[in-house]
Amino acid sequence: MNLTTALARLLIFPGLLFAVPAAWFFLWVERKAVALMQGRVGPPFMQPFFDFIKLLGKSTPPRSGVGGLLMRAWPLIAVSAAAGAVGLLPVLPSSGGFEGDLILLLALLELPSMCIIAAGFSSRSIFGEIGSAREAVLSVAYNVVFLLAIVSIAASQHTFRLESLAALPASPMRWLGVLALLVCLPAKLHLNPFSLPNAEQEIYSGPMVEYAGPELAMWELSHGLEWVAATGLVATLAAPYITIWWLAALVFVGLMFAIVLALSTLASATARLAIDTTVRFYWQCTLIFAVLAVSSALFMRLRS
Amino acid sequence: MNLWNKLMCYSRRHSPWLFHMNSGSCNGCDIELVASLTPRYDAEQLGVRLEGSPRHADILCITGPVTHNAVNAIHTVYDQVLGPKAVVAIGSCPATTNVFIDSRTLDGPLNKHIPVDVFVPGCPPRPDAIIQGVAKAAEILAARGNNPPATEIVIAETPAEVQP
Repeated sequence: MNLTTALARLLIFPGLLFAVPAAWFFLWVERKAVALMQGRVGPPFMQPFFDFIKLLGKSTPPRSGVGGLLMRAWPLIAVSAAAGAVGLLPVLPSSGGFEGDLILLLALLELPSMCIIAAGFSSRSIFGEIGSAREAVLSVAYNVVFLLAIVSIAASQHTFRLESLAALPASPMRWLGVLALLVCLPAKLHLNPFSLPNAEQEIYSGPMVEYAGPELAMWELSHGLEWVAATGLVATLAAPYITIWWLAALVFVGLMFAIVLALSTLASATARLAIDTTVRFYWQCTLIFAVLAVSSALFMRLRS
Repeated sequence: MNLWNKLMCYSRRHSPWLFHMNSGSCNGCDIELVASLTPRYDAEQLGVRLEGSPRHADILCITGPVTHNAVNAIHTVYDQVLGPKAVVAIGSCPATTNVFIDSRTLDGPLNKHIPVDVFVPGCPPRPDAIIQGVAKAAEILAARGNNPPATEIVIAETPAEVQP
């Protein structure tokens, strides 16, 4: 992958030019799905865009010192990491990529939640600190399953390269891994059964509590981009390999939309779980599932 | 630049985020404010979102006749809402202190302490009146923008009254 294609992927498709409108669209789908499930009409189509523009026009509280500088930096780091993760997705066939880009994608996907943890602690608000602590516990809980699922997929197909993973026919092992990833997505995206870190009612949206104006807009955007990147990763692994580029892109976007719809419906149909229940869920139920997937993937690899 | 201003104005009108504050209310107006977000009234169609943190909000919705205890809290929260911002006084209490008038525990009405943009009268007001008040406040907010600094907002001589 040379510099031009890398830049084109980062900035145009599936990078920023595609990902930012897609992020707004997914945020709208999330809110609209919740509204429809509650029997409401819900926000208009352009709502996340209006929210973003409005937040850009608001002022921010004065921040001083290193703490203030860090508070300004976290949302920007989160947005750029999420945008980079989207840019790595191999939507178009033969779009390049390099050996091990799956690992980079995972790291970039993890960075926004690290930023959320750091942001909550640097805001020095008690609600932010509680939110950050919850986010840290949650990320330790789901990341084991998330990473084991990725490792099992990569081990069963002998590659850490997204492009080749997308090209290879799906094995039963891969479907198991995709299922495990789907179980982790609500926690990764802070959706309802596992929306502890940004609980609106108990801790006033947690780590975001002190953020305002353009910084909050960046957090909203990074949340939307996380939607795109995380659902895009699952769509990449689940989509059949198609050589016609426009069909491939269409299938990719369609799959993402279906995942977003399913997750939003789940979010509106469930209530928030307590932190111990959440951690127990991930450690007890899904860890067994993920260990099973990894061990059988390794077994298959040794046998082949 | 003009186009950007127009877009900003339009966005402000279509995305009012509320922060709800109780300054000693009997809870009657509070449940009506929450009722305006329920399926029957669904204020989210106008982009309304009830936020937990005053930092996120554009419109401060205050209920209650302003007790002595609440005065400091009102000033703190008003300063925490970042500009451009608007204030909606919900119910008769913040407007006139209502039936609690001359009570020694009160320091009302509300516009003695902070500039109020829209009064929504009623005891309690209907949810549709609250939604209309919020929509009006969003329009005021959009028209005013960042131009006058938030600390120098003058009290509107004839506050935009909203009849249910």
